[in-house]
Amino acid sequence: MYDGGKIITGLIIFLAIVTFPFYSNIGKANIKPAPDLDTPAIQELDEKKCIEPTGFMRANHMKLLKQWMDDLQELDKDTYRASDCKVYDSSYDTCMECHVSQQNFCDRCHTYAGVKPYCWECHELD
Amino acid sequence: MEMFVSFCIVVLLAVIAFAGVELVNLQFLFGVIIPYAAFAVFVIGFINRVIQWGRSPVPFHIPTTCGQQKSLPWIKDSKLDNPTGTLGVIGRMALEVFFFRSLFRNLKTGIQNGELKYTGTKWLWLGGLIFHYSFFIVLVRHLRFFTDPVPPFVNYLDILDGYLKTGSPNLLITGWVLLGAVIYLFLRRAFIPGVRYISLTADYFPLFLITGVALSGIIMRYYIKVDIVSVKQLTMGLVTFSPVVPQGIGSIFFIHLFLICVLFAYFPFSKLMHMGGVFLSPTRNLPNNSRIRRHINPWNYDVKVHTYEEYEEEFRDKMKSVGLPVEKE
Ligand code: HEC
Ligand code: HEC
Ligand code: HEC
Repeated sequence: MYDGGKIITGLIIFLAIVTFPFYSNIGKANIKPAPDLDTPAIQELDEKKCIEPTGFMRANHMKLLKQWMDDLQELDKDTYRASDCKVYDSSYDTCMECHVSQQNFCDRCHTYAGVKPYCWECHELD
Repeated sequence: MEMFVSFCIVVLLAVIAFAGVELVNLQFLFGVIIPYAAFAVFVIGFINRVIQWGRSPVPFHIPTTCGQQKSLPWIKDSKLDNPTGTLGVIGRMALEVFFFRSLFRNLKTGIQNGELKYTGTKWLWLGGLIFHYSFFIVLVRHLRFFTDPVPPFVNYLDILDGYLKTGSPNLLITGWVLLGAVIYLFLRRAFIPGVRYISLTADYFPLFLITGVALSGIIMRYYIKVDIVSVKQLTMGLVTFSPVVPQGIGSIFFIHLFLICVLFAYFPFSKLMHMGGVFLSPTRNLPNNSRIRRHINPWNYDVKVHTYEEYEEEFRDKMKSVGLPVEKE
């Protein structure tokens, strides 16, 4: 190979970059975050259900919250009718009544997924 | 035709992933086996390609000389555009890799008022630069799926990228910019007749593929949401070599992932290899020192040469006797 030294050096740098996710995780276990569902309000529920089905909540809660804010600010609408026809106050307080703690619930997932909602700049949850 | 074929292939790929997951439940294939295979093809193919290039001799000394060459001391030479040493070459390569220097010099030849005119055209340079940088940032942002805990610089990048703070999930600028830039690069190919004429399937296909990746990513982030925690379970499973496929990840994720796998596997066999190739490009990586040092073609036949010194050595007496000037007495 011509200029072998330089080319091999380049290839080693390439390998070091593309395999970063592998060697930086050596010895780590793949632990799923556990948002705390063991709160007094939830224990009192007959049916352990969130506002909408759990799968929907996991993926779409941020859209739901934003929709609540828009409803409130634009339409002056302060209640939300869920798909099972229950009516909730469109407010963060509703979530926190059941989920109580931002740290033990919301943040466990968010830290894991690397999201920092800018919403916290204006809203305080607990 | 080339355009149409490439488009159909990309659509077909998306349909394959969708059908594979929705109809046949091949989550493990699309979520684990294909990603591993694609990554292996990418790494091995990449290294193989570079080594192949390294083994090819460079017969001529062909640096591009885009500025004044080093010459007499009182003539100012252009150190970056026409470097004579290693440092200059590194500088030029950095300009090329980070700022696409040679594309910046792109000229358009035309006739204005009956005269031949060369005017700079920076649109391709600008579009290309934006495309590459936004792609790079999008790629780095994805590290949040492959690290736990997520390193702070990835968080900061997210904050910078989410600077506009609109919507929920927060709007990340580079994703949309990437989509816009790749569409621009496509429109340029499709609508400039000269460029269109020289465009092949191998040119359209990567563009459509990257469009597909960006589009499926955007749809997944903003519209058809998926459970990101489960997605991270899957990606972390891959990088810790303990693959898992959690239940209930939406098909859009598998479409996104499959298109990325195709992109990775296709990479070493395509023009996308310019990522490694730019460093091995003789016009960029050779210093312009052909007047200082002799470049020898590695496959040259071993020609017997008779240098001037040897010539003078041989004929010095005779030269002196007829009054020819000699270098050594
Ligand atoms: C610029 C500050 C600001 C930011 C950032 C912000 N909000 Fe709000 N939010 C408000 C204001 C003001 C109201 C209206 C309060 C009222 O009318 O009582 C509101 C109301 C709400 C409400 C309903 C009222 C309540 O008490 O909870 C929800 C839900 C909400 N916002 C969610 C969000 C979400 C989700 C985000 C992030 C995507 C967000 N907000 C970001 C200012 C902000
Ligand atoms: C009536 C009480 C109640 C309210 C109000 C409520 N939740 Fe829940 N939430 C639950 C319960 C119970 C679960 C667990 C469901 C399960 O295990 O299937 C849950 C689960 C969730 C999950 C999925 C957690 C996981 O383990 O993956 C998310 C995300 C969530 N809620 C977000 C919210 C948000 C955001 C709000 C406010 C808009 C909210 N919840 C309001 C009771 C509630
Ligand atoms: C099951 C895990 C989970 C729980 C529990 C959870 N979140 Fe989230 N949340 C996520 C994930 C994952 C994202 C990022 C989604 C993405 O990147 O598309 C997110 C994003 C958000 C966003 C949008 C942030 C942005 O910048 O895009 C808001 C707002 C939000 N969550 C609010 C909440 C609140 C409030 C709670 C607690 C009541 C909560 N979440 C609980 C997983 C969770």
